[in-house]
Amino acid sequence: MDAMLLSLTNMGHGLFGGLWPLVWAMVKIVLIVAPLMLGVAYLTWLERKVIGYMQVRIGPNRVGPWGLIQPIADGLKLLFKEIVVPSGANKAIFIIAPMLAIAPALAAWAVIPFTDTLVLANIDASLLYILAITSMGVYGIILSGWASNSKYAFLGAMRSAAQMVSYEIAMGFALITVLMVSGSLNLVEIVQAQERGRFAEMGLTFLSWNWLPLLPMFVVYFIAALAETNRAPFDVAEGESEIVAGFHVEYSGMAFALFFLAEYANMILVSTLTALLFLGGWSSPVGFLPDGALWLFAKVFVLLVLFLWFRATFPRYRYDQIMRLGWKVFVPLCLIWLFVVGIWMMSPLNIWK
Amino acid sequence: MDIPTLTFFAFAAVLIFASMRVITARNPVHAALHLILAFFTCGAIWALLQAEFLAIAIILVYVGAVMVLFLFVVMMLDINMDRIRQGFWKHLPLGVVIGLLMVLEMGMVLGSRYFQVPAADAIEPANVSNVKTLGALMFSDYVYPFELASIVLLVGMIAAIVLTHRGPKNTKYINPSKQIAVKAQDRVRVLQMPVEKE
Repeated sequence: MDAMLLSLTNMGHGLFGGLWPLVWAMVKIVLIVAPLMLGVAYLTWLERKVIGYMQVRIGPNRVGPWGLIQPIADGLKLLFKEIVVPSGANKAIFIIAPMLAIAPALAAWAVIPFTDTLVLANIDASLLYILAITSMGVYGIILSGWASNSKYAFLGAMRSAAQMVSYEIAMGFALITVLMVSGSLNLVEIVQAQERGRFAEMGLTFLSWNWLPLLPMFVVYFIAALAETNRAPFDVAEGESEIVAGFHVEYSGMAFALFFLAEYANMILVSTLTALLFLGGWSSPVGFLPDGALWLFAKVFVLLVLFLWFRATFPRYRYDQIMRLGWKVFVPLCLIWLFVVGIWMMSPLNIWK
Repeated sequence: MDIPTLTFFAFAAVLIFASMRVITARNPVHAALHLILAFFTCGAIWALLQAEFLAIAIILVYVGAVMVLFLFVVMMLDINMDRIRQGFWKHLPLGVVIGLLMVLEMGMVLGSRYFQVPAADAIEPANVSNVKTLGALMFSDYVYPFELASIVLLVGMIAAIVLTHRGPKNTKYINPSKQIAVKAQDRVRVLQMPVEKE
């Protein structure tokens, strides 16, 4: 593997000269983004299938075996459709908004590690970077709602903005407890910290992961992640039965597809983050099995199915109930648990040394 | 010129352009968007100076939270630009004085070496993360100023709530926690009625 990489580097230097580091970085970006986009496409297929079976339907089954080519067909259909710009819309912002929605969803993947060494940019403050980049995802929604010059779109944008800003606080607190027990902002080190502990020495690594000692934070983080991605039961920003389709009601064709891609890419992103921060990332649940990126993918898959399961199970929250949950339940819970973890770490019972 | 310097000038050009547009844009939403661009570019320049914590913090706090709410307000308000422009010449002298004062202060900071002002030396410890150094300083040497600043912020927060809170409203608001805690027995009474026979 190393020898192959070395020969590849030599060949690249021969071909591109001084530009090789740039080309190599581009190649790595494509290696992350292309499977991600494929994952997004098949996540939509999986969603329709899973929810279909939960509702005793079959789901897509016409295009290809088991409907497997359905997402490709949907993508092509959207690609060939006309992008209609409403006459009263602010044209520049109307076009920029979908790009602003998808750009943070992709940019955050720059620091996501897949194993100890398999990471595009292993920076010191990668957790902070993720928090900062994901907090910018809200602009795509607000601007699309405003630029559409439609009251439904604007209502959706306002709901979404308030919701995302509120749940970011709970999310940030959950992340603070994780970085307290890990003593690092680097995602690789956070995962490595979860591989140590009393249970890990006994071969039961899955009990050493952060989800057990930080169980309330794990729950808060995952629910806040649901709200951040505007997924059911927190999808008031779309709210088909109340405000048509919310912020993207005026969008068509590929501009609409970008919002769609951004939502699903964000789902995969927050699932990966939950797996990294609370479920031990790429470490195997038991000592006798080897670690590897496959474990990470398996955990992400389970969390994604949870997303779909929730959508099929829970009715949509009312707007005031969302605000109550975010501010009056999660924020106090997080503050209390922050103190509990702080005192726990100072006490002789500290398990994170 | 090496690549970092080139990048710096590119960012600086974007920053100056964005800041100019903040005060010249006719549409207030465009002005707010350029302010966001200015904050973002500012973060990028700080990242070039290897102050990664500050760079990420400005994006997280200003771009991710403050400007979202700001944009929110700007979008909701119906701002009449002509009314705002009315007092331009009347307020110009005061504005010029304040602007000159700010330019002077910035010049003092930039020319601190020339004016013999003792500038704080940038500490660059090897292999220690920026965040750790900042945290250690904040909670050891500067703990009192830090706590004072947080108390001031807290007071500001409470003041904002007190100023805008108008007391309990007489609405038909339903308490969600009561709604959740409701039981079927409290609402529905199942009656046993014997079958009436002729």
